[in-house]
Amino acid sequence: MTYLLRLIFRNLFRHPLRSLLTAVGIVVAITAFGLLRTTVDAWYAGVEASSSSRLVTRNKNSLVFPLPLHYLNKIRQLDGVSKVSYAEWFGGIYIDKKNFFPQFAVDGRTYFELYPEFVVPPEELKSFLLDRRGVIVGRKTAAQYGWKIGDLIPLQGTIYPGTWDFVIEGIYRGIDSKTDETQFFFHWEYLNEITKKTNPDNADKIGIFLVGLKHAQDAPLIAQRIDALFANSLAETLTETEKAFQLGFVAMTEAILLVIQAVSFLIILIIMAVMANTMAMAARERRAEYAILKAMGFTARFIVGLILGESLLLSLSAGAAGIVLIFPTARDVGARFGTLFPIFNVSTQTLWMAAGAALLVGVVAGVVPAWRAVRTPVAEGMRGMV
Amino acid sequence: MTPVVEIRGLCKSYRRGDQEVHVLMNLDLTIYEGSFVALMGPSGSGKSTLLNIIAGIDRPDSGELRIAGVDITTLSESALAQWRAENIGFVFQFYNLMPVLTAFENVELPLLLTSLSRRQRREHVEMVLDLVGLTDRSEHYPSQLSGGQQQRVAIARALVTDPTLIIADEPTGDLDRVSAHEILDLLASLNGSLGKTIVMVTHDQLAADHAHVIRHLDKGVLNDADQPAPAAV
Repeated sequence: MTYLLRLIFRNLFRHPLRSLLTAVGIVVAITAFGLLRTTVDAWYAGVEASSSSRLVTRNKNSLVFPLPLHYLNKIRQLDGVSKVSYAEWFGGIYIDKKNFFPQFAVDGRTYFELYPEFVVPPEELKSFLLDRRGVIVGRKTAAQYGWKIGDLIPLQGTIYPGTWDFVIEGIYRGIDSKTDETQFFFHWEYLNEITKKTNPDNADKIGIFLVGLKHAQDAPLIAQRIDALFANSLAETLTETEKAFQLGFVAMTEAILLVIQAVSFLIILIIMAVMANTMAMAARERRAEYAILKAMGFTARFIVGLILGESLLLSLSAGAAGIVLIFPTARDVGARFGTLFPIFNVSTQTLWMAAGAALLVGVVAGVVPAWRAVRTPVAEGMRGMV
Repeated sequence: MTPVVEIRGLCKSYRRGDQEVHVLMNLDLTIYEGSFVALMGPSGSGKSTLLNIIAGIDRPDSGELRIAGVDITTLSESALAQWRAENIGFVFQFYNLMPVLTAFENVELPLLLTSLSRRQRREHVEMVLDLVGLTDRSEHYPSQLSGGQQQRVAIARALVTDPTLIIADEPTGDLDRVSAHEILDLLASLNGSLGKTIVMVTHDQLAADHAHVIRHLDKGVLNDADQPAPAAV
């Protein structure tokens, strides 16, 4: 075994430049694969972070149409509902359009009770509730723009025109790494107060109701009951689980996701071909050596171990380097994306997939040359010596 | 004298496209223990095929083939590999050493198939390297050795398992005249002092002259009758 490993190791360095270039190719491919998978994961981050014990109720026709606030009491009275809150998408601009982060007008009293994953220090939450222009912002966004408590933040409204001034009263952190720390929450009452003056028709309306459930398993039944409450009204509702609601957003960009996923697998296929070529060249050059080994009495298993071992040593060591590089690359790319992708974490699944890809590359690249070397009769292999 | 190689009515043919090429035809040959036999003949006469069949790396189509009393045509591939490891030592025209292994490691290679301990393997390797006069080159890689030295390493590798038969395919074909002489003298001395049975294929009459018995092959047929045992030569 020691001898086999020694041979494998030395064979790998017979053509250092060729091995190095192949290894660099694998490192780049595995890093790119990991990065693309992380991008796909980032797309699904909202889905992953969603709770199974919360429902989202929106206008049945489209999310862009609001719902009357007075639906709140009817929903709240349903059996199995623990808490109801509401939110409205604001869509303001901070200095420049490229400074994107999600902004919601929410019911401050209930929203943070329904979303315990947004951890707000109690004294900051108290200050927020007392200040009509108050804002609770995620620590990632606060860090990106250098905001601190007490700062005045002006946003230029797009859906709700005008300049809106907010005061940072609290900075929340996520309960875990899956929680979005880029959001910006302010009082819906503040929004409604201004809307009553500037656009009275839109007053007392909200975008979505957020419904907390006593038991997650009741979700389908309660969703049906909520929608039944408002059937045949001017604003019929569509209630779905938070996960289904988030998936609806992902579905809008599914084509892009499919392309990213396809490219990630294509990269692996390409490097597999490159690696297979490297191994085929190496095995062809050593055809006579394999014949000599077989002539001396070495078994097919030894020959397979020699070729497959070299292929795996190259792919797994380069793959490991590629996996290590995924982290700083993802950190850098995540930072460049800023608040566009609130969660840009390398998942354990991505690491396993990258390791699996490196293993697959090694096995596939080594199998054919190994099979050929074993199948070639000794006498034929020796003819290659002359 | 005990016969080591006993061949009777041996035939071998290959298919080349639609044609069947008869390489060896109804061949009889006996090689006795301790003899040094040279097989000569023009290219395509079948001498390398005959050598491969004797060495157990190719199989005949028909005929009897017994090496050291064993009918190797009946052995499975794995049993044949094991048999080769125990009975055959190979010396090739182009040495065919593993370029990534030192002279010592190359010679040690066949011993990995035995149950010898590491220490025993080292003793064996040192002994044969001494025998071929390369003790001071044991840590050199093949690329750091001359052609003659590489062939000596190959001979040491062939010898280290103390095989029944040493098979040498054009062992001096890639060497200059001086080195060729040294190698032939070495083979002759191994045959003479250690009693090793050697079967050598060569084009070179001067090389063949070092053997006790010279057999000529032409178009798959041995032209002359079996020679007597070495003692009678």
